[in-house]
Amino acid sequence: MTVVKGEALRSRDLYERPPKYELFFPNFVMKELCVGLFFLIILFIWSYFKNAPLYELADPTKTPAHIKAAWYFVGLQELLAYFDPYLAGVIIPTFILAGLYLAPFLDPDPIKGIGRFAWKERGFAMYSFIGGFAFWWLLIIVGWYLRGPLWAFYWPWEDHHIIKPPPPPPWSFPLPAGIAYIIAFFGLGITVPGVIFPNFFYRMGVVRYVITMFLWTFMIFALAKMFLNNAFNLKYILVTPWFNI
Amino acid sequence: MKWVPLGLVRYTFCLGGLSVFFFLLCILTGPFLMMYYIPSVDRAWADVQDLSNVVPFGRFLRNLHRWSGTLMVICVPVHMLRVFLQGAYKPPRQLNWLVGVTLLLLTYLMAFTGYLLPWDNEAYWAATVGMTMGENSPIVGSKGPFSILSQDKDIAYILRGGTMLGQPSLTRFFFAHCVAIPGAMAGLMGLHFFNIHKAGGMSGPL
Ligand code: HEM
Ligand code: HEM
Repeated sequence: MTVVKGEALRSRDLYERPPKYELFFPNFVMKELCVGLFFLIILFIWSYFKNAPLYELADPTKTPAHIKAAWYFVGLQELLAYFDPYLAGVIIPTFILAGLYLAPFLDPDPIKGIGRFAWKERGFAMYSFIGGFAFWWLLIIVGWYLRGPLWAFYWPWEDHHIIKPPPPPPWSFPLPAGIAYIIAFFGLGITVPGVIFPNFFYRMGVVRYVITMFLWTFMIFALAKMFLNNAFNLKYILVTPWFNI
Repeated sequence: MKWVPLGLVRYTFCLGGLSVFFFLLCILTGPFLMMYYIPSVDRAWADVQDLSNVVPFGRFLRNLHRWSGTLMVICVPVHMLRVFLQGAYKPPRQLNWLVGVTLLLLTYLMAFTGYLLPWDNEAYWAATVGMTMGENSPIVGSKGPFSILSQDKDIAYILRGGTMLGQPSLTRFFFAHCVAIPGAMAGLMGLHFFNIHKAGGMSGPL
């Protein structure tokens, strides 16, 4: 028997087929189901061998020595090491969500690069997004693998039983320095890129530009605070009677 | 009859389709867990213990629920990454992006509420950390900056149904996990797919 190749198979199609197209159902759906089946098999094997953990009964009186959230929230927990809970748990996630919701409206170009990876034309947008995305997973990895008792930093090869000495006492900027730092940071962060790249500014328009650069500066501001905390043991940039940053 | 371009299934592994798939697996296994699981602080932990050790296939179902939930929490953000990189949030798909971000939020909420249900110590204290963040919300949290609400009226109190995690919290989390959020997600997913259809299909190969 001769091997039947594409053409002959195609002649068995019930309907006229536009070139380079296939039916959504059943052809395309079948392919997706095959991918699904592949993962179903993996899941079955995984579920057979690896049990979901169940620890001892909850006890409100017994605070464990180290509390770790489910891995998908460890990123936020990692932020708690650097920021007060109102920032790490509320303000920063709110800004992330706001940035995501606003993304389609901050992008001034309605057509460039739809449906493909347009690294050249949309470089700024794409690398910004990848940067933020990678940072989220980096926080999770650090929080999950590199944090030991009392949320101290441990390399994978370090023994968690050896308790780390507490860090030297933290310090904070005095109030005027804190105010100056924040005003300078956001002032420069929002104005300088527009001065250096006037085309970018005009393409975005004032409103889009200010919102985009505010979100960007906020991200860098958070990173800078994390750096200052790690390198110089800085606790707060701004200390006020109502809130600290 | 709807024709779609050949080669839609490629190296990005139809991440949206997989998100649906893992969601369906959770929806299928969840109700079976519900048959044995009673959301009471006196029974929940023992019920999960029973599920793991006594109920035929209970352990397998629980594992499936847990691991497909885990995979979903990975798949949905990566799907979002794919959508962003391919510019698929641009017109006419802005609305679908907004629906998508809401789905992302709800997926995380599912994972958060589900994690407390076994009522073990890890989950209890992890949820306590979450609630501390609620208490510290600006304005609406009792311990946050500019708080205006007292400890028995603030946002964390509403979420927990008390000043600390207890029976009312478990009941609330159970309702949210098994009824409210999955219902909202199913509806939004319908809208998500309808939007794809209305935009004339996918923006490009997946
Ligand atoms: C987006 C989909 C869902 C996700 C991501 C999810 C996630 C989770 C997680 C992480 C747990 C903790 C499991 C454990 O500790 O072993 C859990 C438990 C549970 N879920 Fe879900 N779930 C989903 C949908 C559902 C649905 C639709 C139902 C019911 C209709 C359900 C019912 C339950 C029950 C009864 C438990 C407690 C039993 C146990 O802990 O093993 N889930 N879920
Ligand atoms: C539970 C979560 C989600 C499910 C089940 C889901 C499902 C799907 C499916 C099945 C598709 C068809 C194409 C594909 O497979 O990639 C799709 C497309 C799409 N999704 Fe989602 N999605 C979810 C979350 C999201 C999120 C978080 C976003 C973005 C923030 C998003 C935005 C979009 C957009 C814009 C499209 C159209 C893509 C195109 O035309 O190329 N979705 N979604």
